[in-house]
Order: sequence, then C-alpha cells, then structure tokens
Amino acid sequence: MSADDVFILIDGAATSEVPARRIEELAGGGDRPVAVDHEERVACLGVAAATRSAALASLEASDFALPDLAGRLHTLSEQRGRKVLLVAWASW
Amino acid sequence: MLYEELGGSSFTVITVALDKSADDARPWIDAARPSHPSLIDTRHVLADLYHIVNVPTIVWIDERARIVRPNDVGFGTDTFKHITGLESAKPLAALRAWVRRETPAFTETEIRGLQRLPTRDDQQARAEFALGEWLARHGRAEAAARHFTRAGDLAPHDFTIRRGTMPLRGIDPMGPEFRRMLGEWTAAGHPYYRPLPDTRG
Repeated sequence: MSADDVFILIDGAATSEVPARRIEELAGGGDRPVAVDHEERVACLGVAAATRSAALASLEASDFALPDLAGRLHTLSEQRGRKVLLVAWASW
Repeated sequence: MLYEELGGSSFTVITVALDKSADDARPWIDAARPSHPSLIDTRHVLADLYHIVNVPTIVWIDERARIVRPNDVGFGTDTFKHITGLESAKPLAALRAWVRRETPAFTETEIRGLQRLPTRDDQQARAEFALGEWLARHGRAEAAARHFTRAGDLAPHDFTIRRGTMPLRGIDPMGPEFRRMLGEWTAAGHPYYRPLPDTRG
C-alpha cells in the first residue's frame, strides 16, 4: 500500500475519497479515533472521547436528527420547551 | 401508555431504535402505534452522542434541553415491553413525579457523579462499528465482521455493538451465540444491565 492509495473516508454521514496519507492528518494526529480497512480501502473517523465526555459532562443534551419509519427527520431541538423521555431500544 | 397519560404540551417521549434497518423495528412500532416520535438509528448516532452501551436506556431531558437524569436502564413504553426482567413501576413513578413537578430532578453534581463517560477504547470501538456498518451495508460482510469483532474486543461492555451487530452478521441475537456471550459476561462478574443506583426511587 502506498500513501497515495485512495481510500473512502467515512466521517459521520458523509463520505469522501482521500489519499491514505491524509487519513492520519484528518484524525488530528491521534485526537480522533480512526478505523481502517486496508483490504477494502475504507476508513472511518470517529469522535474523540474527550469531545464526547466534555459534551456529556456539560449536561447540554446533544441535538440529533433521525428518521421515523416514513423517513421523515425529527430532531431533539424541535421539542425544546417540553420535557423529553429519550428512550433507546432495539428489536434485538 | 405513558405518553398518552403525561404527553402534551409539556412532555413527550422520543424512542430511538438502534436497529440495522427500519424493517427490523417496524413490527414493534406498528404494534405500539405511538403518537410520539419513533425514530430509527441504523448508524448508532444516538449511542455515540449519549454513550449508550445497551438497551433499553433512558435519559431525562428538561425544557431547556439539559440532561436532568443520566443514562439509566428503562422500561416504560409499549414499544419495548417485549423486553422483560427489570421492574418498571418505581422508575415510572419517579418519571411521573418529575413531569408533574412534584419532585425536582437530580442536582447537576449528582448527575455528573452518576454519569459514565466514554473512554478512548469506547470511541475507537464506535469508529470500528461505524466502519463495519458501512461495509456491511455495501455488501462486504467479511470485512464488516472484522471490525465488529474488533469493536467488541475494545468495548466488551457495549452490547449495542456485541449484540446489536449480530443481525448484521447473520447471527440470531436471541440465540445460542448470544446466550453464550451473556453467560461468559455474567460469569466473569459483570452486569448485563447497569441501572443507576437506587438513590431516589
């Protein structure tokens, strides 16, 4: 593998194509976790533990936009002014 | 149901299914016919934002979008009543009291004391999960499995990864492989569910 090999880079919902040598730079020299599949040439940037921990400890509920069964997006922020019971569940 | 009892202008429920597809969650949502938002999170966006490591997990969020009770094991809507094993009456009574302003929620100091924060390994595991989920969705099952396995090794307490990826790997999440994993985990002295300590009822 060379530094010029092109990888698909996943960052949240977005994907882009980048040369291999750019992946570590984009990860901020180890700040953000990066998962790499060298065979498939796909990499994924995660979110740093420090970033997540600071957000959680701030007690500000992070906003999200997720679809319902019909594909319509809903956000937490559109519920502002109401108390919210947030429930994560799964069929498994 | 809880939402019908308490919901309205001052309270809502948002359920988020950490499932591999909307179709996996659909039968449960159709059966419950909820009138509150019932969302699908195939990429585990919520699990990452709120450091959710198993289901069902509940978080109380107030009118100003502040977390007022951190992650707890929660049973309380018909959407997930198929999952059994923990008593729901007491946490539901606490929730009713909070919504009706009969009792204050936790203080900020109490909440921070009860929060679990993600480690580097937790976040590396989530990056491995996200890579695996993308690979699985693009038909590269073998490559996906490598990253799901690595993610589970990094965060063995994270059952949104270890159990939640079983359907993506063609494994029955209620079957022998899950029971073996659960047996090993509990035999080593670890809890499968991690409710908040019973500080306030």
